[in-house]
Amino acid sequence: MWKRDENVRPTAGREVPVPASQTGSPAAPVARGPELEGRRQMDAKDVVNIGKSIVVKGELFGSEDLTIEGQVEGKIELKDHVLTIGPHGRIKAEVFAKAVVVLGEVRGNIIASEKVDIHDNGTVEGNIVAPRVAIAEGAQFRGSVDMQRKPEAPNAPEAKKPEAPKALEIKPAAPASVGTKS
Amino acid sequence: MSGFGKVTGFLSRFASRRTAEEEAEPVPTRIEPELVVPSKALKKFVAFLRMRTSPTLLDLGSVVGANIEYFGEQLGCRIFIGDIFADLDRFQRDHKLPELPAFLETRFPQEPESVDGILCWDLFDFLDKPSACVVAEHLMRVLRPNGALFGFFATSHPAEARFTKFIVADDSNLRHRPYSTPRMRRAVMQNRDIIKLFEGLRVSDSFLLHTNVREILFRRPDYLSKP
Repeated sequence: MWKRDENVRPTAGREVPVPASQTGSPAAPVARGPELEGRRQMDAKDVVNIGKSIVVKGELFGSEDLTIEGQVEGKIELKDHVLTIGPHGRIKAEVFAKAVVVLGEVRGNIIASEKVDIHDNGTVEGNIVAPRVAIAEGAQFRGSVDMQRKPEAPNAPEAKKPEAPKALEIKPAAPASVGTKS
Repeated sequence: MSGFGKVTGFLSRFASRRTAEEEAEPVPTRIEPELVVPSKALKKFVAFLRMRTSPTLLDLGSVVGANIEYFGEQLGCRIFIGDIFADLDRFQRDHKLPELPAFLETRFPQEPESVDGILCWDLFDFLDKPSACVVAEHLMRVLRPNGALFGFFATSHPAEARFTKFIVADDSNLRHRPYSTPRMRRAVMQNRDIIKLFEGLRVSDSFLLHTNVREILFRRPDYLSKP
């Protein structure tokens, strides 16, 4: 008798199409291919974003990709994941990650197991250790770049890796101060 | 005055003001095209670095991603980026050039005898004598025995010179990319002045290029190492 309205069905696993007027881009396509939609969902699930107004002082560990648009002071460790410092990101920390993409500002050393990529508006003051480093024209950099090929020990026993934390974890410096910018 | 005369007089006021405004505006800098220039000393410098295992390189020029990729990936170097040109530019803009030598004393934190190769590019063409002496002294301090120092020295004195980014195209070619910081060159250094400036080093190779630039490769003799 009563037919449930299609519009109020739960949308788990499906993205609600947003009108172009809300997205701010007039040419935003409403209908997307299933592949693109699936990728967007994956990205949204796997990338954590620290927003512009967030200030973190302390240690930040994680096992997923992270984008920072706010400020972080201390230490960032994303050993098997990608850290992106957004255009508004301000980092004063030691950074350990698989790959680091810098569009904002980093003061501190960066150690990456794969790649460091400094974009044209990015600034890095510190030493970089990574097998691959790309610095765009216009980027600011002061420090050293170490791309030395480390000799591999073929018969060395594999050290037991410590178990990675399951999700983003913030260990505040004493005293704890995680808050928003005034 | 006739009506026409009034109008032309009125317009000429605007015309003259326009000219004054134009004079006040900064003259747009002419961006020179990028040149590919063969380099003879670079080949020797790179060959020397190739012989070293995991060499350390000090680059006094501005940061160039292509050079970092070249030296880092091909030679497995550790590279310190100095960018003394940025300091020079800043001190000139702030009219603080007399303070530059004291500042440069703090710009070389490297340990003594810790660097295998130094890329000076054309830095010494832009430094005054006190600053040049400070930089040369520190470079000789940080250079390892048998280490190499590579620099360009102009032979002519152009009215105006710009800083240039030198991009390594391959072992024997450099791309010269001028960028828009106008600055007067100081007097051209004579060979004897250059040799005197780097008194602790010996000239390994010296080439005069078609562009009237001297490329000089210095080596630090072994006997200067610490006992």
